[in-house]
Amino acid sequence: MITAGVDVGAKYSKIVLLEDGKNILTRANGVVGFDVGKSAVEVFEKALVDANLKRDQISQIVATGMGRKIIHKNPPINAGEIVPEVIADAKGVFHLIPTVKTVIDVGAEEGRGVKVGEKGGVKDFVINERCAAGAGTFIETMARALEVRVEDMGPLALKSTNVIPMNAQCCVFAESEVVTLIHAKVSKEDVAKAIHDAMAGRIASMVLRVGVEKDVVLVGGVARNPGFIPPLKKELNAEILVPEYPEYTGALGAAIIAFEMEGQK
Amino acid sequence: MAQTKEYPTEPLKIWNEAKDLRRKYYEGYLTAHEHGALRWAGGAWSFSAIPAGLGNDVYCITGEPYGATVAFFKEFTSKCHDAVEAAGFPRTLCAYMRNYWGSILLDKYILADGTIVDHYPAPDFIWQDHICCSHGKWYQVVKWLEETKGKKVPMYCVDVSVGYSPDEPLETYKINYIVQQLNDGIDWLEKVTGRKYDDKLLCEAVWNEMRATSLWAEVCALNQAVPAPLDEKSMYSLYVMGTLMKHRPECVTFYEKLKAEVEDRVRRGIAAVPNERFRVITDTQPPWGFLQIFREMEKYGVVSLGSLYTYGLIGMWEYRPDGTWAPKQLPLEKPQTREEALKAIVEWTAHRPEWAHFYLPELKTKMMLSIVKQWKVNAVLLHYNRGCEGLSVHIAENRLGLLDAGVPVFPFEGNMGDEREFDMPGTLARLTAFFSSVGLKKLRE
Repeated sequence: MITAGVDVGAKYSKIVLLEDGKNILTRANGVVGFDVGKSAVEVFEKALVDANLKRDQISQIVATGMGRKIIHKNPPINAGEIVPEVIADAKGVFHLIPTVKTVIDVGAEEGRGVKVGEKGGVKDFVINERCAAGAGTFIETMARALEVRVEDMGPLALKSTNVIPMNAQCCVFAESEVVTLIHAKVSKEDVAKAIHDAMAGRIASMVLRVGVEKDVVLVGGVARNPGFIPPLKKELNAEILVPEYPEYTGALGAAIIAFEMEGQK
Repeated sequence: MAQTKEYPTEPLKIWNEAKDLRRKYYEGYLTAHEHGALRWAGGAWSFSAIPAGLGNDVYCITGEPYGATVAFFKEFTSKCHDAVEAAGFPRTLCAYMRNYWGSILLDKYILADGTIVDHYPAPDFIWQDHICCSHGKWYQVVKWLEETKGKKVPMYCVDVSVGYSPDEPLETYKINYIVQQLNDGIDWLEKVTGRKYDDKLLCEAVWNEMRATSLWAEVCALNQAVPAPLDEKSMYSLYVMGTLMKHRPECVTFYEKLKAEVEDRVRRGIAAVPNERFRVITDTQPPWGFLQIFREMEKYGVVSLGSLYTYGLIGMWEYRPDGTWAPKQLPLEKPQTREEALKAIVEWTAHRPEWAHFYLPELKTKMMLSIVKQWKVNAVLLHYNRGCEGLSVHIAENRLGLLDAGVPVFPFEGNMGDEREFDMPGTLARLTAFFSSVGLKKLRE
């Protein structure tokens, strides 16, 4: 049986096609444009082509992510069910790393901490409120201020060993602090590290509200940023595990939930 | 969509009476001077039975419910905030207080139905007590603001910071400390109003207050029934009488009628939320401009039964010898003299449940856990209310206490009276995630 999980995120749509609830047939992603539904359909069709499948061969589709409602019972994807991100995250990470107790998901617009229970259920969770300073967009904005590519931000930060505190609790004010540092002739490496340290501090203080229990797994697009992991590890005083495709765990979890739904029929 | 059992439901018969009573309250304050009556201002927790000894034509406006009324009408709230911030006050202060000050600065008065009247009706005197930092400063600024309009408003404040004992009576010297302030306050009231004080009216008002606040607790206790006869959104329109006029005979009569109706609903199995299948309580004031969040919850079959706030802000409770949390029993005899009345109301008020957490968060957690157990609550929604320092103090510790006891908790950030600090779509998205995490699915769109 083939099921699919579609994670319509703030910046990217991610799709996982799954066979019998365990074998990943393919993964695909694409940038979410102004027409969220259209972007999701394009990625979905790409995944079908990659796996050499047709829509009617997929028994069940579950959608998650910020834009999940757009494809819920809406052709051509026609997702049969929608689940919140924290539910999909916990399920997906538990499938990959069954010893997981804490999931930290840092995406483009949101940071989340999830305490994972039995069988990948959610015991408790926390989500950052109304501020981009704990999400990937923060790094993108700061990269623009530093005039570097976003993918260079992490490696740049790793070159610095200096500690420069950034106090701003808000993305806009943080940008002002970065501009001040630039004017003070602080090196790009040091500023990049300060940005990652500040973000790790915000995410850690949020996750600590639900408690940090090992194994701790970091997922979401920001998990691919090497500059973010050392300060987060330091803040949480814990080893951080990162799966091979950290941005796909929500979609994977949704595909597993789709498989479980079919099993209950 | 998942299916669930449906209970019978029907609207509250007393609903229109509640609306009418509240309308008359605000109009009564507004028009008091037209017939030579007195007006006073103070908090909902002030000893409102004391000024009642000045006569039956004494009208008060309690600040917090007025601030909440302002918050309900977002366009007016926004103007109030602009006025307060333009006057130099920070937006981090108590939101009710800012709404109230804004109304004075704009020189506009809003009625319960949203009608805005020109010229804010200044009080003849201020009668307040101190329990949190905002309560302390609130009316000092009101006094200044009225002075800028040429009106001198005398002010009297009672310090109530004598500690809290959930199970034992307070020590005599602590009671006497407050009683003496009230005694002095009566002399002050006579002096500033020029009226002769009537101890008989005082005794009536004290007894009314004790009856009204005990009756409200009895109404809340009826919500232990499954299905719950009342939902919290409706309770906000009912408990408010106690915050406006807890010492008035019409408040007692209203709660007697309400109690009879709710008892009848319990007998007949009438539900507030017909698809009830998951029972929650909240905490602190809600974001008043966004009460539709409760209707969203009902789509999942979730009923909010109330909160320590709705039950204990005005309602009076006590721990019985068997350990249950129950409506506070009235003394055997009604007070007959000034001294008896003052002592009785101080002893009664010092055990207000919503004062407990000012002293120890554990006391609040204990009461919340009693509600969880006795009201058969499945989860608790905690409002990290940026608009009220007083009631939000220690709330994160309450969360930990509830979690330790195995109660699922959903915290959300917001503000009771400043819509700029509440993210409705974001909160609903997180609430959906929480409901999913406890296995709930939407029953209807």
